[in-house]
Amino acid sequence: MTVTVKTFARLADAAGALSSERSARFLGGGTLVMRAVNEVDPSIQTIVRSTDPGLLHIALSSGRIELGAGVTMAAILAERELAFLHPVARAVGGPAVREAATVGGNLFARSPYGDFATALLALDATVMFAGGLGQRELPLDEFFGRRERGSSLVSGLAFKRPAADTFRFTKVTRVHPKGISVLSIAAQLPLASGRVTGARIAYGAMAQTPLRAKAAERALEGRTLDAAGIAPALAVAVDGTSPTDDAIASAWWRREILPVHLRRLLLGASQA
Amino acid sequence: MKTPIQFQLNGEDVAAFSDSGSNLLDVLRESIGDLTVKGGCWQGTCGTCTVLVDGAPRLSCVTLAEACAGKSIETVAGLRRGADLHPLQNAFMEHFAAQCGYCTPGMLMAAKALLDRNPNPTRENVVDALCGNICRCTGYEPIIQAVLDAARSDNRRRA
Repeated sequence: MTVTVKTFARLADAAGALSSERSARFLGGGTLVMRAVNEVDPSIQTIVRSTDPGLLHIALSSGRIELGAGVTMAAILAERELAFLHPVARAVGGPAVREAATVGGNLFARSPYGDFATALLALDATVMFAGGLGQRELPLDEFFGRRERGSSLVSGLAFKRPAADTFRFTKVTRVHPKGISVLSIAAQLPLASGRVTGARIAYGAMAQTPLRAKAAERALEGRTLDAAGIAPALAVAVDGTSPTDDAIASAWWRREILPVHLRRLLLGASQA
Repeated sequence: MKTPIQFQLNGEDVAAFSDSGSNLLDVLRESIGDLTVKGGCWQGTCGTCTVLVDGAPRLSCVTLAEACAGKSIETVAGLRRGADLHPLQNAFMEHFAAQCGYCTPGMLMAAKALLDRNPNPTRENVVDALCGNICRCTGYEPIIQAVLDAARSDNRRRA
């Protein structure tokens, strides 16, 4: 089976082509779509791609960071000002995958993949779309809720730059240095007078899509990041999760080890 | 539907007709005839199909061939320097870094991508550069030592 490839110079035109054809998929770096094409996925009959330079756009200001959907993990690693995201980008595949895999594509990676999307969720990122009427932005957790339904084309992501030393990430894997996630955890832990205020914690591979650990976030509010302070958060660490059994780990195992790794992350003892 | 595609392969202009939506691996092997590129998983998992696209390592099995139009592709077929083997190829032989040899083309290209960017890699750099390439024979250590040795020998030659 061959597929039709449609290439557009403007992202808006690619968005139009994508929304007009049910069997069309947008090609980012290829690590997801080309794999499906190689497996002769009958739901893909058209590949839509765009050479729009806006996809590769990185805008860094003191307050807000914008990443084009086509920014690769290698491009993240090459940007010194995004050093807080380097452990996350480095956790995505080997060098050849990092040269191809994109920020936008990671939003569509099936569990247990999607480590970068997990980090973006902890950063309270919003998703931007191409085409349609005007500029649209959608909170990432809402996007995950409707990911399977839409044919909208993601053009980029935006988030507030986290305060220094407040962002943490860990990936638990059986194979080192590169392996698929048993689970991943990303957290943004702002402190005021030594106490957590407005924590954001996200899990990867603990549900069909990355998800916020809202119970743990609430339990951390106003607490200190020490053994006693984090105990209530650990007690509710698995609330709301629905991991699955796969070749990497069982759902039971994921639930068992999640509090252990969340504890290490919160105490600052975790390594990405 | 056949699609024309042109790019540079190991420094020479090549042109081929490929099925629309083909991956670069299939085009290199079946349309152009460069059989030094090996296919393992066609899932972007094993690394044996690694080639360089404009100097960067890419998994040719999950790279859309049409996206490579006008680019420079390097495969193991272009690794020799005239009559001489590349220092990486010599080092792989010296260190018995190939057993069945199936992963070797991908390992060599992943290692070349590293040395082209970083002629003095640490062991950690080498491990990271090769972490996307699977070898079921050697246990990796001979390959890591070969890459470190190739870097040293190439640097001695340049000095």
